[in-house]
Amino acid sequence: MSHAVLSINDVQVGQKLPSRTTHIDRASLVAYTGASLDRNRLHWDERFARSVGLPDVIAHGMFTMGTAINVVSDWVGDSGRVVEYGARFTKPVVVPYEGGADVEASGVVTAVDAQTRRATVELKVTCGTDKVLGRAVAVVVLD
Amino acid sequence: MAVNAGFTGRTYPPTAPYSVGREKIREFAEAVGADDVVHVDQVQARARGYRDVIAPPTFAVLLAQQCDRQFIVDPEAGIDFSRLVHGEQRFVHHRPITAGDEIVGVLTIDSVKSAGGNSMVTTRTELATIDGEPVCTATSTVVIRGGAESR
Repeated sequence: MSHAVLSINDVQVGQKLPSRTTHIDRASLVAYTGASLDRNRLHWDERFARSVGLPDVIAHGMFTMGTAINVVSDWVGDSGRVVEYGARFTKPVVVPYEGGADVEASGVVTAVDAQTRRATVELKVTCGTDKVLGRAVAVVVLD
Repeated sequence: MAVNAGFTGRTYPPTAPYSVGREKIREFAEAVGADDVVHVDQVQARARGYRDVIAPPTFAVLLAQQCDRQFIVDPEAGIDFSRLVHGEQRFVHHRPITAGDEIVGVLTIDSVKSAGGNSMVTTRTELATIDGEPVCTATSTVVIRGGAESR
């Protein structure tokens, strides 16, 4: 069975990755809470979130990070090629009951090493006008 | 209350093994919208050279956070969980987490810093199979926001 993984020869610094928008609502927070076992009340208990000064429940930072890397996995053609991934959580993604939140992730290639077949991608991850991840960088090994 | 800086450099004993299951990988992949078939289709995963379905890149946080709990719930550490927010996370994957893996984690407290009533703790978890094969190094920084009493 043939499967196309991106070749290092087809990648240049400055290349843009197709962006992806993820809609987050209360149901997605519940699903991620269960899947990740991160049951912090900030992510599902509105009353608790307000009691600690937040406007509403917020998405898990790791949920945002988990959706953003899809941009890279989709582009490479194999999620297993992501060898490094890191980010700072700069602003919370507030998820109101009505309307939820849209997180948009895009990426640009910042380094290519033909010898190790590694490429570095910097991700831009926003919710409305807020930059929700900082220094979001992934390294992938290509064919 | 500031976090106990005496924990800096402490390494905990390896955790009990976590059995990575196909259905947990599927559940996690669906939750984060990771639609690569390598997370759900064993035949495709094997065709790509993996032993079985593999986990999405951030799945390791599930294991790392279970390891972190040893420290976070330790009364001696002085952490108020209700004031804890995740500041930064990083993974270095030595190979993808694969269904069937039995994984243990070794937690090290890399640094504890306090400033302006807040504390910042950086932890590192080395995830490896029970046979000692390195799988992932997960580094996490959490911020414990100071309460009214510390202002």
